[in-house]
Amino acid sequence: MTTPAPSSKSLRKGRTAGKVVVPKATPKRFYGHGIPGVEVGKLSGKLIVVEGADGSGRSTQIAQLVAWLEGRGHATVQVGLKRSTLVSEELDRAQQGNILSRMTLSLFYATDFADQLENIMLPALKAGFMVLADRYIYTLMARDLVRGMDEEWVKNLYSIALVPDAVFYLQVSPQELVQRNFAKNHALDFWESGMDLGFSRDMFDSFLQYQRRMAETFQHLQKTYGFLMVDGNRAPEEVNHELQHKIDSVLAGRV
Amino acid sequence: MKTFAELGFAGRLIAVEGIDGSGKSTQIFLLKRWLELQGLRVYFSEWNSSELVKSATSKGKKTNLLTPTTFCLIHATDFADRYERHLLPLLRAGYLVLCDRYIYTAFARDTVRGCPPEWVRRIYNFAALPDMTFFFRAHLEVSLQRILEGRPQLKYFEAGMDLRLSSDPYESFRIFQGRLLEQYLAMSTEFKFHVIDANQTVEAQQSLVRQLVAANLELARYAGTKN
Repeated sequence: MTTPAPSSKSLRKGRTAGKVVVPKATPKRFYGHGIPGVEVGKLSGKLIVVEGADGSGRSTQIAQLVAWLEGRGHATVQVGLKRSTLVSEELDRAQQGNILSRMTLSLFYATDFADQLENIMLPALKAGFMVLADRYIYTLMARDLVRGMDEEWVKNLYSIALVPDAVFYLQVSPQELVQRNFAKNHALDFWESGMDLGFSRDMFDSFLQYQRRMAETFQHLQKTYGFLMVDGNRAPEEVNHELQHKIDSVLAGRV
Repeated sequence: MKTFAELGFAGRLIAVEGIDGSGKSTQIFLLKRWLELQGLRVYFSEWNSSELVKSATSKGKKTNLLTPTTFCLIHATDFADRYERHLLPLLRAGYLVLCDRYIYTAFARDTVRGCPPEWVRRIYNFAALPDMTFFFRAHLEVSLQRILEGRPQLKYFEAGMDLRLSSDPYESFRIFQGRLLEQYLAMSTEFKFHVIDANQTVEAQQSLVRQLVAANLELARYAGTKN
């Protein structure tokens, strides 16, 4: 049995009964030359990035956003750091030995990012999906900059990236981050504590110093990349409400 | 960009470049033997050989997962690992470092694959320039013959099949190597390559390489420890 196509009149009536709003298309661009051969005009989906330190609530926020978006009829895809088919395993293994130098680590992460950009993000955006990125190039850039790498070099490296439709930076104080990390794992991560930098042999101390520097670097990058700063010290629902409100504007093509 | 000598390193880096089948690996091997037999401190490093990165690269190549962008970045990762962990410390310690392929291989290949040359060059600008670069210039047909006779099974990326130049791997390989040769020739003057006519005998080439090395580097400075 086939269902007859609904008339435009019945569609208008259906506004409250499961009508799905088609997002308004807005022009997209790469930060630099981008990926050779990609027609940005055909990328009809939206790229939404959530940035913030470990413990800032990124994954909770993204999970809630996915449920909310799917509830409203939008198809979603999630990406994040170290999730590429190409290098995620190797990168993980190399990091466990703590033997990577900063340049190698930086390029390894850039490879991981590029693989996901070309094989997941761009095809999904072309198909009209909402792509939710649990961190993007900004964390990678901030990590490199905190490690003393040349800003122009880092910016050139990531000129392949697509400019997202929205970037939310969840701001949480380093002290609060420590508490949230302990509540979850009772431990701090070697790399998230910046132990490779040798600030302090005391991991707690190093974590605070490293996160403070990362926050400062994000403030600096904010001037160029214009993230939306979101106060992440509040209750998760309150934060999510703010994100939804802003994403609504993105879908309506107002941003 | 500066050479290691210009940057005040105690060691010196010698690189060989050329298309597949130009005979550069044979030449750098013979150069290495000559230096070693004089008791000099020598280290040899090959393109795409970092233990850490190799498994990812070979997986990417086997499954044809690499795009021009990731091909470039993964090779840059491999280079960075060797550069920071082996080349730099050894050059600081006064070694003669011999490299079978250096950043020019990336410049040539990635550009032919369609990456913007400026982007690729800036990625590699953390690396100092070699103190001497030998470019083995052979007739395209001679190089092709050497490869095609010895190893008839061409690999996908080696033959540039990802560029869709031809559905025939041999034809694709010819076109790809031809384009790489053009890139090398274009860089030859800019980066002051010592161009060696690779159509000569192995011995004639090696003799020239050794003379040039002896004339340009004060080899006695790289003598090993006495005990």
